[in-house]
Amino acid sequence: MRHTISVLVENKFGVLSRVSGLFSGRGYNIESISVGETLDPKISIMTIVTKGDDQIIEQITKQLNKLIDVIKVQDLLEVDHVEREMVLLKVTPRQELKGEVLRLAEIFRGRIVDSSPKTYTIEITGDEKKIEAFIELMKPMGIKEFVRSGKIAIAREMTRTR
Amino acid sequence: MKVSGSQIVIESLKKEGVKHIFGYPGGVVLNIFDYLYDDKDIQLILTRHEQGATHMADGYSRSSGRVGVALVTSGPGATNTVTGLATAAMDSIPIVVFTGQVPTMLIGNDAFQEADIVGITRPCTKYNYLIKDVNDLAYIIKEAFYIASSGRPGPVLIDLPKDITAAQAVFNWPDKINIRSYNPTLEGNKWMIEKAAQVISKSKKPVILCGGGVLLSNASEELRELAEFTQIPVSATLMGIGGFPSTHHLSLGMPGMHGTYYANMAIQESDLLIAVGMRFDDRVTGKLDAFAPNASIIHIDIDPTSIRKNVKVDIPIVGDSKRVLTSLNQVLKEGEKPQWNEIRKQWLKQLDEWKALRPMSYNYVEDVIKPQYVIEKLYEITSGDAIITTEVGQNQMWAAQFFKYDKPRTFLSSGGLGTMGYGFPAAIGAQAAYPDRVVIDVAGDGSIQMNIQELATAVLYNLPVKVAILNNGYLGMVRQWQELFYKERYSHSYLSTIPDFVKVAEAYGAVGLRATKPSEVEDVIREALKVKKPVFMDFVIDWKEKVYPMVPAGAPIDQMMFDDEPQKEKKKLKAVK
Ligand SMILES: Cc1ncc(C[n+]2csc(CCOP(=O)(O)OP(=O)(O)O)c2C)c(N)n1
Ligand SMILES: [Mg+2]
Repeated sequence: MRHTISVLVENKFGVLSRVSGLFSGRGYNIESISVGETLDPKISIMTIVTKGDDQIIEQITKQLNKLIDVIKVQDLLEVDHVEREMVLLKVTPRQELKGEVLRLAEIFRGRIVDSSPKTYTIEITGDEKKIEAFIELMKPMGIKEFVRSGKIAIAREMTRTR
Repeated sequence: MKVSGSQIVIESLKKEGVKHIFGYPGGVVLNIFDYLYDDKDIQLILTRHEQGATHMADGYSRSSGRVGVALVTSGPGATNTVTGLATAAMDSIPIVVFTGQVPTMLIGNDAFQEADIVGITRPCTKYNYLIKDVNDLAYIIKEAFYIASSGRPGPVLIDLPKDITAAQAVFNWPDKINIRSYNPTLEGNKWMIEKAAQVISKSKKPVILCGGGVLLSNASEELRELAEFTQIPVSATLMGIGGFPSTHHLSLGMPGMHGTYYANMAIQESDLLIAVGMRFDDRVTGKLDAFAPNASIIHIDIDPTSIRKNVKVDIPIVGDSKRVLTSLNQVLKEGEKPQWNEIRKQWLKQLDEWKALRPMSYNYVEDVIKPQYVIEKLYEITSGDAIITTEVGQNQMWAAQFFKYDKPRTFLSSGGLGTMGYGFPAAIGAQAAYPDRVVIDVAGDGSIQMNIQELATAVLYNLPVKVAILNNGYLGMVRQWQELFYKERYSHSYLSTIPDFVKVAEAYGAVGLRATKPSEVEDVIREALKVKKPVFMDFVIDWKEKVYPMVPAGAPIDQMMFDDEPQKEKKKLKAVK
């Protein structure tokens, strides 16, 4: 099963490689990882998406906790949470499809962040399903390239443990 | 007043109570060595190889319980410590290794003798540091000692750029360390401990598994109290040897691949395993699905990741072995008072039957020295009052099986990594910690050649370690596997040329002795113990001798091979390669 794990770490040199080294060294896989500062600039938060059965996920969270620089580990699967990803997608539609591209972007609450005579660059934010649905819809329009962010996630207030 | 980074390093070590550093100089650590030149309080023991220095720090730590320290230069000096760090990491041994680094300005430039040692050693240290500011130095050293020795202990590395060792700062020794992200759990959960006590009271056929954690937390007294009070037999893993007296009537000896018949049978038959400070390594469990099929498991360990990593656990107790056992003993003693002797009678009788059926034994012969005989004689002549270190291979297993260890920290062996070349420097480290005790490295002819250069160190510092080389001409353990599982195809396990160890010893200024017949063994040992110098004892042993019992890798642990079975029978048991 796929889990989104949120890891609070000391914002120190080498921490990312300690975390990624833990995954590679023990044969766990990382589907995506994103890192950013928190309110306290001495602390960073990592959002890691990984897959594994219960025993592996238990080991992953325990091993993460064991790293000296890790302050807190939370498996978000256990709590109500919001997750978001972003995609920046460049399309080169034929003239007659341009209107359709703009219409779809609007339906997905996307923004045109750049345009040239031949291309639109569209920014879409949402959960994974939404991002994937949008990419699917754009395929026939002529995708030139796209870049996806890793997932970020945050627990909802008034969390209820399932 | 400001002082140099080098002075801060050495003065910090003194604050930590360090008396010995095992080290080797080079360009970027010259400032520190220069400071040491005038120092009277710390002895630098100049080794012949940085791997040796690291294993010495390790042996020093395992024997004494104090943090061992090594100091080496950058680049090749630093990379030479990797095996020592990995050895210490696998066995949770607290050491602090200082490596020199090229000046801060040059880091990342592929400068002369630059190696990214922090990157290289990240997976084989508990933690490591690159010092970036001389003002952090004292705090980081204190933190390093704290991390190395607390929780589940382990090696810590501090990388010191040359400019930092020259830079000036005020020496501020912190009185306390506080790491918000690192708070090992020491006390076990009360409720779990009570549950454990209940399960113990109900069990009919319990076994205690004593691991290295018992030694690391100095919990052997508490373990013994538990075993004696509840009359539960104890099997000590390779790392747990000495955690419970081998000569105790409740001792079952070692479990696992080369464990005793009765330990493995007891585990397989048991209805409860009480695992203390051990991690269910594959050499202990054999085939996991078939391991202790009827047993509930109480697992006490300070490292949460050890629990439920390999086996399902019914009662997990995270905490320091000593503290958890203390609470557990208290709960047991305060609770109902079952008639333990009555309750255990049948189980202990069963164990005695197994012990009688297949005791640890070997075939003594007159014309050739059996390695087990050498180990038995070492035990007899020293009355067991010795620190034994081992290399890796058959020698290691015989030393574990045939010597008896009644005190903690008297058996030092590379269990997790299985590092050939560990035992000799580790013995030198232990001898530095205990100049007056008998320290013996039980070695193989292959392994001893991996760090034989350290004989110079032993001679130079007058550390009179004894090395009992079980000379079989082979990489014996490799040969044993080839004989049993590779159709006797002895690919590259015959050493062909082996130096004359007596002459080697003499060339280094040590003493060399040789025995080729069983009748000479005693004299050689007595002579070796008499001389106050390092001694190589070259025991030319029966090269055909194998380590038994043996559980083929990946087989259930009650599927044991014994020496007395016809060859054909043995071959039926297939190892999972
Ligand atoms: C550094 C290292 N290299 C290789 C091995 C694999 N290995 C395990 S036992 C062994 C043979 C050891 O030979 P020797 O020291 O003569 O001991 P014996 O088994 O003959 O007692 C080897 C090569 C190892 N454990 N460590
Ligand atoms: Mg050999």
